[in-house]
Amino acid sequence: MINKLVPDAVTATAAIRSGDSVAIGGFGRAGIPFNLIDALCEHDLTDLHIISNNAGKDDDGIARLVREGRVRKLTCSFPGHPEFFRRYLGGQIELELVPQGTLAERLRAGGAGIPAFYTPTAAGTILAEGGLPSRYGPDGKPAAVQPPKETRVIDGVEYVLEYALRPDAALIRAYRGDRYGNLRFRLSARNFNPLAAMAARVAIAEVAYANEHDVLDPDDIHLPGPFVTHVVRCEPRLDRTLAARLADRQEVDA
Amino acid sequence: MTGYDADGLAARVAADLEDGWYVNLGLGLPTGVAAHVRPEIEVMFHSENGLMGIGAIAEPGQEDPDLVDAGKHYTTLRTGAAAFDSSLSFALVRGGHLDAAILGGLQVSATGDLANWYVPGGQPGVGGAMDLVAGTPRIWVVMWHTDRAGRPKVVPTCDYPLTGRGVVNRVYTNLCIFDVVDRTLVLRELAPGVTVDEVRAKTSAPFTTAV
Repeated sequence: MINKLVPDAVTATAAIRSGDSVAIGGFGRAGIPFNLIDALCEHDLTDLHIISNNAGKDDDGIARLVREGRVRKLTCSFPGHPEFFRRYLGGQIELELVPQGTLAERLRAGGAGIPAFYTPTAAGTILAEGGLPSRYGPDGKPAAVQPPKETRVIDGVEYVLEYALRPDAALIRAYRGDRYGNLRFRLSARNFNPLAAMAARVAIAEVAYANEHDVLDPDDIHLPGPFVTHVVRCEPRLDRTLAARLADRQEVDA
Repeated sequence: MTGYDADGLAARVAADLEDGWYVNLGLGLPTGVAAHVRPEIEVMFHSENGLMGIGAIAEPGQEDPDLVDAGKHYTTLRTGAAAFDSSLSFALVRGGHLDAAILGGLQVSATGDLANWYVPGGQPGVGGAMDLVAGTPRIWVVMWHTDRAGRPKVVPTCDYPLTGRGVVNRVYTNLCIFDVVDRTLVLRELAPGVTVDEVRAKTSAPFTTAV
């Protein structure tokens, strides 16, 4: 019998270790697996390589991991958080900056068995030619820069070789799940979540709705069960202002 | 007053949108374009986090936590909208399925290079800008003609790291419109009350005049 439902976020994340690479879905606050991220803190994990589009918004989620010094390296397209930049420019955290579409496709490729691919994105820029500071030294000067990437001209156009991502684990948030691990997302909370799950060796999904009895309709599934290791039902986490405004609405999910 | 204010500039850009287009709007000045689409045409706005057909920013109390735009604001959807994952979103972008991307700019060069994501030593963040310029057939840049210190932003070569080389098709500023034709700038239109001499004085890149 297949039953991927687990009782709580701490149990669901027990296989993740300090030093692991962890892809985390979400964009802004939509689709961020806040409960699973908090569980990483409960396990007191450190030295993590986080792969996500942003370095968090507000003071929870990935921003909490960064603030508590649990992140060694961040692979993302848009850090966008003052606490991350303080640590990046202060030499405490490494940055791998990747265009957003390239990040999405590197995860998809990792999950699809494609080791690398050529893309026109970033050709002729420092994100292909190298040189963006990846790490700052204690003196506030760049101590390491992103290396150049291979390029190839196909039909007269220059393309950049990008390698697939295969993180140790993925933390994602979905709207509905079932015991088979089938998932359905909602609106812009889908974003990187299915891609992160596809790419990772262990994929853990927190969902707003799941129980032992109901299964998703086959045509309603955005991500089928084989990509998902564990499913755990968790309450949505709204930002404080919105939580207050939406206090009387029951149907929403964060 | 001569030239456009932010709203007037957005309205001028919106006047060039065509019925049936799929368009991505960047953050900042380009965001204002959506409010000025002519009512008789349908334009679908793409948000790179996985939405086609976004509408206005959500009214207070009407926000849906699962519905944010690329600027992380709570947004709304119009009739005919679609939701998808980030890989599919950038397949739309990179695969050339949008009609136009309207982006902000730090600098545009005489050959249509765009710099709009990073000032060295500062806080890097590229988002989807490099994907958009790599795949979208029309790249329109909307920006103030000069920076806060009064320096030209249409320059012979970009000082800042590039978003893309030779990718810009048109530049809308508060003073004028440039087209990039065969990697050269052509002054196509002047904003109300603006003269060619004023544009020349505030532009360090060479250009030809066709107004």
